[in-house]
Amino acid sequence: MSASAASLEEPRITPLGSSAILFEAPGAFDIEHQKRIWALADAATGWDMVVEAVPGMTNLMLILARPPRDLTAFEALLRAAWDTGDEKHVEPTVLELPIVYGGEGGPHLRDVAEGTGFSVAEVVRIHTEPDYTVYAVGSHAGYCYLGGLDARLFMTRRKVPLVSIPGGSLSLAGMQTGVSASAGPSGWHTIGRAEISFFDPERQPPALLKPGDVIRFKAERVIV
Amino acid sequence: MIEILSTPSLVTVQDLGRSGFYRYGVCRSGAMDRLALAIGNLLLGNDRSAAGLEIPILPLRLRFDVDMNFSLAGADCGAMLGDRPLPPCWAARAKAGDILTLNTPLSGCRAYLCVAGGIDVPEVLGSRSTQLRETFGGIDGRALQKGDRIAAAGNDARLPKDGLGALPPAVALAAAGDGVTVVRVIPAAEYGDYDEASRAAFWSADWKVTGQSNRAGYRLEGPDLALSRMIELRSHGVVPGVIQVPAGGQPIIQLADAATMGGYPKIGVVIDADLWRIAQARPGDALRFVECDMAMAADAHDETEIYLAHLAADVSRQYRLATAWGVA
Repeated sequence: MSASAASLEEPRITPLGSSAILFEAPGAFDIEHQKRIWALADAATGWDMVVEAVPGMTNLMLILARPPRDLTAFEALLRAAWDTGDEKHVEPTVLELPIVYGGEGGPHLRDVAEGTGFSVAEVVRIHTEPDYTVYAVGSHAGYCYLGGLDARLFMTRRKVPLVSIPGGSLSLAGMQTGVSASAGPSGWHTIGRAEISFFDPERQPPALLKPGDVIRFKAERVIV
Repeated sequence: MIEILSTPSLVTVQDLGRSGFYRYGVCRSGAMDRLALAIGNLLLGNDRSAAGLEIPILPLRLRFDVDMNFSLAGADCGAMLGDRPLPPCWAARAKAGDILTLNTPLSGCRAYLCVAGGIDVPEVLGSRSTQLRETFGGIDGRALQKGDRIAAAGNDARLPKDGLGALPPAVALAAAGDGVTVVRVIPAAEYGDYDEASRAAFWSADWKVTGQSNRAGYRLEGPDLALSRMIELRSHGVVPGVIQVPAGGQPIIQLADAATMGGYPKIGVVIDADLWRIAQARPGDALRFVECDMAMAADAHDETEIYLAHLAADVSRQYRLATAWGVA
């Protein structure tokens, strides 16, 4: 079953509980919109009461110092800043990452092949072709959400999340793909494995990559 | 120093958590019941954000190697200092050699042990909280083990001789129904995408906290919540309190150690002022959700702040009295 990714006509601004706000950008899921989100995050970082502005996938979460009584002021600020159309341009670091596809480290590679109607070799070829841009860092420490997945590999999330997959696991779901930075639960399809450290709390900044950086996957081996 | 004599449970060092590192994927972590930790700290004259021990459900024994002021808050765990019972939400002075026993709580899920000046472990990324997934903070990023020794930073506050207590928040702050934990929820972006029956069931059902519940989140059991249309979301920031509903239809409340981003549809978000109530619900307990808006959430926040300000003022007055009259 392929995922339908509906686009909004207008920005959507909703409360995320009592002291966070979610801004969802209208339009396509693409790098131009994401560059506007990064610019919006930079702008919002200076606003009163904003503890942190956290880019997601063509969306932005604001974490506030305390609960506001309503969102009116933030709605006006967010809309005005979005409407400037400003994009942030980043000098990317490019990371080439060798991957062992399939086998023990990629238990769902066959599911993805079956779900998309391709052979395992074709899935790997399609997956290693693009340059993936880091859209956002999050989920767990150092994890990179990547844009650029070929639409032919779109799969919905697994119905029941796995309790734990190891760090270094390469997985995909929806329009997204990425490599786990540490062991943890996952609702995605795990298709391969890499040896890499994405996060170190003693490093400044602690995350290896930042939004705008680029990852290239290399098929070191494919285990069918 | 304090030596841990026995700890079968997931005891961790926690303060109020990390702030400002979401953009690197670092979750808030920190005490599940931040209100209890704040109370425990205020009772000792600490800054409310000092680090303490979070002690879930099971019993714990420890020994004080030196005289030390300490406090307990959160779940009422029938604590004994030697053979002397201690009330919940209480600060007392331990003598070197005293053994503190925390028993399985009669109600509630997590007790907090605070010490004068806070637990002395290094700050990592602005906090002393244990980051279990990434294994940093607290004691080497892990839960405490038998034989671990922890140090208190210490302070010069003079505790009244018989100790000092606080009115527990479950009594002081307006709550809840009989045998059910009631928490306030602000509907989230996908609320309207659930069919009418699911929305009604969300507010009316008693949601059972399942055994698959921990610091990352509580998995709930109740009526299936169904979307009226298929949606696949773009992943976005997630804070503690977000109630996600995976395709199976059973909700999960994201909590202190939750992922910082996620893409499951969210039906609502528990307000910050009520997260402590969830932290004190244990597997088998029932939760009920009541709808609330931002203004009500701001009022709830203010109510909590007033409670803490009163407590801080009261504690400060009693410490001043103890110092002035030498009754300590």
